[in-house]
Amino acid sequence: MKTLKYIFAILILSVSFVSCSDDNDETPMEPNPVEGLNKIYEFPSADHSVEIYSEKTALEVGYNEISIRIKDMASDKYVTNAAATWMPMMHMETMEHSAPHSMLSNTESNSVYKGYIVFQMPGNDTEYWDVTLNYNLNGQAMTETHRVSVTQPADGLNKVQVFMGSDDNRYVLAYVNPKTPQVAINDFQAVLYKMENMMSFPVVENYKITVDPRMPGMGNHSSPNNEDLTFNPTTKMYNGKLSLTMTGYWKVNLKLLNQSGEVLKGEDVTESNPESSLYFELEF
Amino acid sequence: MKAFISVFPSRGILMGCLWCALFCGTFMSQLYAQETPADSLKLIHLNEVIVISAGKQLDHQKQRKPLSTLDEFLESSLSINMVKRGAYAWEPTMNDMASERLAVTIDGMQVFGACTDKMDPITSYVDVSNLSEAQIGSSQQGAAFGNTIGGGINLKLDKSNFKPTGWNGSVESAFESNNLMRVFGGELNYSDEKFYLNTDGIYRKADNYKAGGDREVFFSQFEKYNFSVNSGYKLAADKSISATLIYDEANDVGYPALTMDVSLARAVISSVSFNQDTLLGNFTNWESKLYYNNIKHVMDDTKRPDVPIHMDMPGWSETAGFYTQANFNKEKNHFFLKLDGFYNKSYAEMTMYPADSNEPLMFMLTWPDVRTKDVGFYAEDHIAFEKASLKLSTRLAYHSNTVADDFGLNSLKIFYPEMDRTNTRFLKSFSAQYHKMVNDFHFNGGVSYGERAPSVSEGYGFYLFNSFDNHDYIGDPDLNTESSADANISVTYKKPTFEITAAANYFHIFNYIIGVVDNSLSTMTIGADGVKIYTNLEYAQLFNATLTGKYSISNAFKLTGNISYHRGIDDEGENLPLISPISYRSALDFYKNQFSASLSVDGAGEQTNFNPTYGETKSAAYATLSASFGKRFFINENDLFVKAGIENILDTYYSTYTDWNNIPRMGRNFYLTISYSIN
Repeated sequence: MKTLKYIFAILILSVSFVSCSDDNDETPMEPNPVEGLNKIYEFPSADHSVEIYSEKTALEVGYNEISIRIKDMASDKYVTNAAATWMPMMHMETMEHSAPHSMLSNTESNSVYKGYIVFQMPGNDTEYWDVTLNYNLNGQAMTETHRVSVTQPADGLNKVQVFMGSDDNRYVLAYVNPKTPQVAINDFQAVLYKMENMMSFPVVENYKITVDPRMPGMGNHSSPNNEDLTFNPTTKMYNGKLSLTMTGYWKVNLKLLNQSGEVLKGEDVTESNPESSLYFELEF
Repeated sequence: MKAFISVFPSRGILMGCLWCALFCGTFMSQLYAQETPADSLKLIHLNEVIVISAGKQLDHQKQRKPLSTLDEFLESSLSINMVKRGAYAWEPTMNDMASERLAVTIDGMQVFGACTDKMDPITSYVDVSNLSEAQIGSSQQGAAFGNTIGGGINLKLDKSNFKPTGWNGSVESAFESNNLMRVFGGELNYSDEKFYLNTDGIYRKADNYKAGGDREVFFSQFEKYNFSVNSGYKLAADKSISATLIYDEANDVGYPALTMDVSLARAVISSVSFNQDTLLGNFTNWESKLYYNNIKHVMDDTKRPDVPIHMDMPGWSETAGFYTQANFNKEKNHFFLKLDGFYNKSYAEMTMYPADSNEPLMFMLTWPDVRTKDVGFYAEDHIAFEKASLKLSTRLAYHSNTVADDFGLNSLKIFYPEMDRTNTRFLKSFSAQYHKMVNDFHFNGGVSYGERAPSVSEGYGFYLFNSFDNHDYIGDPDLNTESSADANISVTYKKPTFEITAAANYFHIFNYIIGVVDNSLSTMTIGADGVKIYTNLEYAQLFNATLTGKYSISNAFKLTGNISYHRGIDDEGENLPLISPISYRSALDFYKNQFSASLSVDGAGEQTNFNPTYGETKSAAYATLSASFGKRFFINENDLFVKAGIENILDTYYSTYTDWNNIPRMGRNFYLTISYSIN
């Protein structure tokens, strides 16, 4: 009987101990603004360091969401008023050109500057990408250029297309979402830029991109209830719906239409024409 | 026939049909059991009972081929036809309606096949060694077994039921020449007034069969075995408990009519029940049962040459359920009351292996883990008058389907973005059946109404390939409940040596569920012609009529014959698929001094009412001739029974309307059955 009492006492104690530790756990933690991202570069200087993050483990050809933080070594804090801007640049043997990219903004977290770059091509031994960053540090304007490595995606799938439209303009179309496709109706998102010259890539507004996903490995069948990609003025991106009826390799055949409905690039998929010249590839 | 149906407005057809049936001089399709059998059938009035039990009752006259497959036994029924996709696992149809519209149970237990392509009707998971009989009720006469439109089939297990027989056993074997089928079976039973134990096992193996003209039908082989154990124990004079376990496994089953075979079809079927003679003073024959069954089905295309893409298609079906039932007699009223319920999980997947092995596997859920809940209450009252009787019955059920798997739900939402995860229905059934005797005439007539929920494939199937019409099928979770109003009538003229029955029935089915082509959809299966969506037609009409006769020429010779007519059309007057042409069957049986013989002819007219939209082609008229001979010997106290026969004596090359993709039926076949029972 006595032993029972002791056991009971120990039980009560342990319960209260457990509940105490529970209470401690409830203190709110400061959310990590780069949670789930990979730090792919850190460029240290004497008094500060620049950190570059991505969802991927490296910069790849196609659409890259990039987050940048600048750490002030003196205060050991991340800078919140850097007013950062950037410019990617490809250095080829005979020429140089930039890449479509967004502005950097720190609206979600005041210490993280976020934006995206669409790299059209990979770097190699003789040709390389760099990114020039402009920002303020303690009232001082800084400019730094860092060489970065851009590779073809490991899966080898085509998620960006650079092409000449039938209107003789050069366009860049890049796949944005879904990042993890599901057997479902996926929210489909892409960005479209016009290449005005080597340095200028304005967003193309109010065009339309038709969507026809196909499975070449399974009779090239399609799926129902896809929605064409149309321009969203708020996000400056093109949104539509992508239905995927099973896992596997999908070729998303596309057709680019301008505001008056003229086809600038891409063809309908038919019995005799199994694929469009404008497409993305998916695997999951 | 089309003209006849069109004279009736869509409402009030029931009465019209009754009159028409009379006018046509053809009546109800079934043999209505005039006398309630005294045994365990209790008050369930059935249209037909097929005696199966292989070695046990040794009722040679009724069994032309004792160790034939259960499928062949069912096919011998007047009310059942079997759809064939090969030599094994035929699908029963009744009143020209298949699985979805029938309630098929094993000893009152709901069991659902695990194959999305109907390659495993639940009748394939038991064998003749397990069963004593198949109880068949047409239309709502089968509602005691579950929600139904076309009727119900209950496969009743064979049990000793405390008969004081002591130990007995038997061994049996059969051989068939055409497909070299070997059958070995045996059973060992003990029974006394307090305890019984029945065990049996059967093994079948068959090679490819040959159609008429010695043409081999490739991929028609099969192998299967089945074991079962039944046991009961008397707790008191009026109380007993019993338990059942059946294990059935088929391997290497070929389906010549399909693009795939089956490497495994396995069922474990179990139950425990409690029986008490009386309940609360007024009720009798109180029986309650809890059951569970688990089915796994694996399709296999690895043995087929030239498959465009290799696929794995396994399916699982798991069901748990219960029922409790009792009789209640009050003066002229004989009530039968039953409360039943089940919970089923149906899950099937498909994995396709791309030709380029660097590409990821293609995977989809063809049955998205659908959970079906059903709770029903069935009541019937059998009222006996002088030379007449009336049976009233009803079933009220709550039925719900839930898609448990998110992957599957999202897949279906591609087609139905607004669909709900759960769908609930309330299903109703009513029927009235009247029987009257006037001198040598028996008149039967009845009207009934029934409802059913869509099957898992009809509601939730995802790219199910149907090789018959060469289309992919997609379910529709928002289908309406299908309902049927039907009427039946029959007249029997009965003399001691002579009996003739004319019968007809008519079904007007509202919201008839069938696949309708959607041209906007792209086929998934390589080589398919299109995609069909399960859709409610406004209505469909089915009409069946039979004429049956029996004549005892002498004590030894008996002549039987029947001829039937069937018609089914949709709301636009188009033919429904899988409707029988005129068919007939006649047999001359001889039985004297433990010697039996029979000569029978089976045939059908040309199928004039077929529908190419459903992949049908006109099946030609045919007739086949069969004969059998049997002799029973007594060796000491034991019994040796030998039966031999020839089927399709003339080696006719033919196929019928039920043969999937018109695969030809078996050509000439010799069989020999030997059974030895030790008492």
